Amino acid sequence: MIWCPYSCETAEHRVTRRAFLGGSLLGAGSLMGFGGLTTSAAAKELSKSQKRVVVIFLSGGASQLETWDPKPGTDTGGPFKAIPTSVPGTHICELLPETAKLMHRQVLVRGINTTDDDHGRGEVQMLTGRKPDPAFEYPHIGAVAAKLLGTGTEELPGHIQITPNGGSGFNKQDAAFLGPKFASVTLADGKPPADLFRPAALTTTADQEREALRKKLNDRFAKSRRTAQTEAYTESYDQAAKFIAKGDVLSIGMEDPKTADRYGRHDFGRHMLLARRLLEQGVTFVKVTHTNYDTHHENFDFHIEQLGEFDRPYAALLTDLAERGMLESTLVIVMAEFGRTPRINERYGRDHWSKAWSIAMAGCGLKAGAVVGKTNANGTAVTEREVHGGHLFHTYFRALGVDSTKNFYPKDRPIPIADPKAAAITEVLV
Amino acid sequence: MPLPPIDIMASRVAIELKHPSPLIGCRFDPSGRYLFTTAQDNSIQRFDLFTLKKTALLGHSSWSRGLGFVGTSATIMPITQRATYPIPLNQGGIFNALSSIAAAASSQVPNSPFTLISGDYLGELRWWDGTADVPIATRTVKAHEGWLRALDVSPDRKLLATCGNDHLVKLWSASDGKPIRTLEGHASHVYNVAFHPGGKTLVSADLKGFVKEWEVETGKPLRELDAKVFHKYDSGFAADIGGIRGMAFSPDGQFLAGTGITNVSNAFAGVGNPLVIQFDMKDGKAKQLKPKEAFQGTGWGVGYLPNGYLIAAGGAGQGRIWFWKPDDPASAHMLNVPANIRDLALHPDGTAFAVSCFNGSAYVYTMLPGPVVAKKDAIAVPKK
Repeated sequence: MIWCPYSCETAEHRVTRRAFLGGSLLGAGSLMGFGGLTTSAAAKELSKSQKRVVVIFLSGGASQLETWDPKPGTDTGGPFKAIPTSVPGTHICELLPETAKLMHRQVLVRGINTTDDDHGRGEVQMLTGRKPDPAFEYPHIGAVAAKLLGTGTEELPGHIQITPNGGSGFNKQDAAFLGPKFASVTLADGKPPADLFRPAALTTTADQEREALRKKLNDRFAKSRRTAQTEAYTESYDQAAKFIAKGDVLSIGMEDPKTADRYGRHDFGRHMLLARRLLEQGVTFVKVTHTNYDTHHENFDFHIEQLGEFDRPYAALLTDLAERGMLESTLVIVMAEFGRTPRINERYGRDHWSKAWSIAMAGCGLKAGAVVGKTNANGTAVTEREVHGGHLFHTYFRALGVDSTKNFYPKDRPIPIADPKAAAITEVLV
Repeated sequence: MPLPPIDIMASRVAIELKHPSPLIGCRFDPSGRYLFTTAQDNSIQRFDLFTLKKTALLGHSSWSRGLGFVGTSATIMPITQRATYPIPLNQGGIFNALSSIAAAASSQVPNSPFTLISGDYLGELRWWDGTADVPIATRTVKAHEGWLRALDVSPDRKLLATCGNDHLVKLWSASDGKPIRTLEGHASHVYNVAFHPGGKTLVSADLKGFVKEWEVETGKPLRELDAKVFHKYDSGFAADIGGIRGMAFSPDGQFLAGTGITNVSNAFAGVGNPLVIQFDMKDGKAKQLKPKEAFQGTGWGVGYLPNGYLIAAGGAGQGRIWFWKPDDPASAHMLNVPANIRDLALHPDGTAFAVSCFNGSAYVYTMLPGPVVAKKDAIAVPKK
């Protein structure tokens, strides 16, 4: 079967996908959480036909020196040592021992200079591949992925965010001109929006009648007064309906307890396990936020705690994706809004630093084990292969098989998928 | 032995000792001749207070904070934050010694041999000949997985206690580094450990404010004291902040003092207040001692002065040193320091103390009344 990177409306794809879903429905085990061999086989089948993305966002700005680019023994190095990884010659911080064992599946980009130390602006640049433009909003990576990689027949929303806190809901803004169909659904703490599911007191029949009435009124209204707002409203109902129909996917309690143990019995472990379940179910894009790394005070203590949570679930996700045959079709990105200052401040903290930092990637389309970019001896500046958010955005989509130099055409106006002034980091692409 | 004639209101900087890298911990050696500091360049620096000569002790591959001493002479005793004070260097204290002994005469000053033991954030212990011209580690022991946060030497100088991020407290032979006993029971990083002056018990304190008292002979847990006021789980950042950063027994063993940060409203910006808690070891009751000013920062060191006053030091952007009268929770005196203080050490003669700071300086203060001997690069801050 030929992979179709855009609409994926090929007959082969639809048949295969239907076969996958039908097969999964045959086994009670799959209904109860898509665990075991059936899941693995189904995932492998799905992996052949669909590409997916998972972004793990280390909110607040994880320190590159305590993760991907350690500088032990220097004035900025801090107290931790660098440890060898499964890739000879590549060392990362000792706080990531499980991640280090899987370095042969990963790629490091160590020469990032995003030139913006503001949380919000940094996040926008990393998620859209452009610096914030007050005159124009670009879609986030999740919306772009959902648009370009989605099949159009998904049974779950194509763009999902799992956040550690806040409220669950539907966010129309992050899809920008792509439209609310590709906007994200937030699952705060991995939970669906409140009151999503039918109350027990409401019968199925009554609920169906109520929904039919709502649709009728909505359609009538849309015929004469259709706007972006009404579209967003309609899409939010459609997204909700999908979750209602596939609610079991959110129940990670159905997983084997040993699997839950591997991911860790804490919020982030649960969220990463949920991410894997969503990817297995064909969700195109999942972003998992791990908070918080904004360590102006006692950076080292807090990185022990936060990376102690991050390391095992991240390794578990990479392992599971690889074992299910999904890693080659799933792009995994570990990013933040920026890194942290090499200089250690008076409170043992590190502050915001966008001038020389790193991300990790794994999976689809990448030259596993590659390290590109370099910083100087104490990590204060990029000395080799400097890149910014634009280069990274091109790289993500090139890795996914998308020609990132093409355009979207909202209202017939050409808008490049990625910043035309940048290009992909080809050294990390297969 | 008469108490040294100290006056906390006369406290002033006598010497500023400088190093290019930010300092972390500090301790005086048992004789009081040297101040040892640890630094962010992984070194330990030995400052000779008689000559102001600085010597680097190189070998650790990470930061260290724990320092302890094992003397080989019967007249030498360990210096910890719960130090006792019967060893005046001379009639006038350390600063009279400074005034009377020229730097060039350093070789004339007799050394009292001692062993320094240091512990680092890779969990390693190192033993050093503390008086060697170029001290070299004579023994290295892997003691903890992860950070070794603190250590203390028993009053009889036979035992070494260590604690760390592996949630463990360990007892070792102080002379040869052989393991003796592991004390299990903490459920979070153990920040501090201290032997009771009586030598039969020790206490350890963890991130979440659990203070455990243990029987040294058996390792049996005896009781738990509540210092949870030092801990907070900051749900906004999804992280724990806490720990007793400095801990010391009173010389008679009646009280245990600990310091850290409390009232944390923003863990990742360090927005909170320093606090000292004093436990009465008879009944375990705690009393809070607070600075008068609404200062934001962390307490990093605490100790008892010969006159019964309690002293603590800490900081954030700047440093502070606070004094409390016995039985009075209101601070009696406060000193400003130009940089964040990261540790406090009391001199064995009872007349001086030192703080190690982020700016790479260790400030040695005298509490003796009268004019201080001002060194060229000293910051003299007379207090009325």
